[in-house]
Amino acid sequence: MQKKLRILIGKPGLDGHDRGAKIIARTLRDAGYEVIYSGLHQTPEMIVNTAIQEDVDAIGLSILSGAHNYLFPAVIKLLKANKAEDVVVFGGGIIPEDEIAGLKKEGVAEIFTPGADTRDIVKWIESNVQPRI
Amino acid sequence: MTKNLKEWEEGTLKSFLAKAPESQKEFTTLSSEPIERLYTADQVGQNHQEDIGFPGEYPFTRGVYPTMYRGKLWTMRQFAGFGTPEDTNTRFHYLLSQGQTGLSTAFHFPTLMGYDSDSPRSRGEVGVCGVAVDSLADMEILFKGIPLEKVTVSMTINGPASILLAFYLANAEKQKCDLKKVGGTIQNDVLKEYIAQNSYLVPPDPAMRIVVDMIEYCSQHVPKWNPISISGYHIREAGSTAVQELAFTIADGVAYVDACIKRGLDVDSFAPRLSYFFNAHMDFFEEVAKYRAARRLWARLMKERFGAKKAESMKCRFHVQTAGCSLTAQQPENNIIRTTLQALSAVLGGCQSLHTNSMDETLALPTEKAVQIALRTQQVIAFESGVTNTIDPLAGSYFVEALTDKMEKEAMAYIEKIDSLGGMVEAIKKGFPQMEIVLASHKYQNQLEKKEKIVVGVNEFITDEKPNTDLLKVDSEAVTKKQTERLNALKAKRDSEKVNAGLAALKASASSKTNIFPDLLACAHAYCTVEEISNVLRGVFGEYHDPGIY
Repeated sequence: MQKKLRILIGKPGLDGHDRGAKIIARTLRDAGYEVIYSGLHQTPEMIVNTAIQEDVDAIGLSILSGAHNYLFPAVIKLLKANKAEDVVVFGGGIIPEDEIAGLKKEGVAEIFTPGADTRDIVKWIESNVQPRI
Repeated sequence: MTKNLKEWEEGTLKSFLAKAPESQKEFTTLSSEPIERLYTADQVGQNHQEDIGFPGEYPFTRGVYPTMYRGKLWTMRQFAGFGTPEDTNTRFHYLLSQGQTGLSTAFHFPTLMGYDSDSPRSRGEVGVCGVAVDSLADMEILFKGIPLEKVTVSMTINGPASILLAFYLANAEKQKCDLKKVGGTIQNDVLKEYIAQNSYLVPPDPAMRIVVDMIEYCSQHVPKWNPISISGYHIREAGSTAVQELAFTIADGVAYVDACIKRGLDVDSFAPRLSYFFNAHMDFFEEVAKYRAARRLWARLMKERFGAKKAESMKCRFHVQTAGCSLTAQQPENNIIRTTLQALSAVLGGCQSLHTNSMDETLALPTEKAVQIALRTQQVIAFESGVTNTIDPLAGSYFVEALTDKMEKEAMAYIEKIDSLGGMVEAIKKGFPQMEIVLASHKYQNQLEKKEKIVVGVNEFITDEKPNTDLLKVDSEAVTKKQTERLNALKAKRDSEKVNAGLAALKASASSKTNIFPDLLACAHAYCTVEEISNVLRGVFGEYHDPGIY
């Protein structure tokens, strides 16, 4: 039997808009993944620590405060520093279309914006996230 | 004898349906409340006259004032804030020049969470979702050239509300205003933070104590100030139904009144200054019914449960904001139409003030052009549509009255459930309202994906479109730099003995049962920063971490 994927849904930064993060956490749990939800107001350090302790395969970051251009790269940098750069990072939130390419360059695997279908997110995870060795 | 509904159903309707069935098996509101095919006098309550009454009279179903918009229009109050205090001051002057009648301040996340702009916790967020305010010095710039005795100001701040109110009042004192004449509103509704919006400073019990300190202080010294705006807006944005929004908000109101009475305050000494804030979502009639039910429900609770005697104590006065969560990033121009319908429901529901969202708010902060269209939407409703000419024009509609009755009843059932859990503070600790919202939000998402609910441009009528790049972008790094320089200069210049004495006195009052507000005012005058004051409160009361219920 294949190992169940472990996914951390993280809320970095100070914004408290957690409707999307909770919907994704619930959707992924219903899809059969092991989901860890960080809770709110996490620093990039807290998220990466949780990711390592919980040995997750992917991190989904939800940011609605506009701080994505700082927070996404901060998480990715810390993963690298902790030799965990194979953890797939994806994200969602209010992220302007023209800033997505820049975030992907920084190492964010995919960005889902408002109106995204949760079934598409599950499909994306199925084909883009593998259990880490 | 006239024909009754049953005869019509078995006659005309039945034979018609045999030939032409309806498009859906079940018709429901946005919140999934079933809607009948037709409403008649039979569905309207027995005590109809008693239930709806007259405007300005108990139970205020038809409005809190005897003349409503014939006397005075609602306040057009657009929420604004971004960048430095200078940036937002410029936007405030622009809005006033365009005919806006009140101001409403959005603070950035670091302020909302009790951190200064130079904190490591604030990186990337400074000036982005609101204006950076770190001390009284920033408040002075924010309201420069705006006479605080004349313009009413609303401030959206909750966990650190007491700190920002202290800054605001200190600034008014510096402007030589008489605090007895200063009017405005501070949101200060901490309970809905734990339920939905999640910007808090300390755990629920001490947060309630701080709120009561503020209500007590304002009732004695700043009588025209609304020290709390009990808010359903964010509960709805978090995914609740209309009934949940109504029920949890009124239940929060009940909890504040309870806490003030326990402090020893007379209900009629503070209740007239409690105000409400609701969402205007997409389902037009559901929203109108919600506002009407809110007024009646609150009036009845105040009179029957709390024994209020003054009519003013029973009036549910409220601000409305159109639903941010209903706006779509796809085909953003459609948002103008959504906002218009929502604003109309708020007006037909008898709101006292209104914010209309800008069409580009799902993409970024609104541009000046988008803000102007949003304000014009209110002005067209106010001055062209004619809906302001008479009071509560939808009263007597079988549908609206039946829906109003139903919402009141269902909200009351929730309130009784919360009573049985020990009141709202205890219900929050048990995660009850949070879980109800998660379930409603998840259900709605599923309905969207199954196309049981249609959102134009999102799951139906989709077009290929180019992304809009005409967006307002805040350079957070630049704001951080400017605010950090200002903080450094302030800390070098201010009287550090006064700062230390102020913070020490605050610590002492917070640790005892003394009202902390006079000490907060002293801290504000000493130019203590948001984070310095927050740290004292966090030190005495502890921090709160959300239970992460999903």
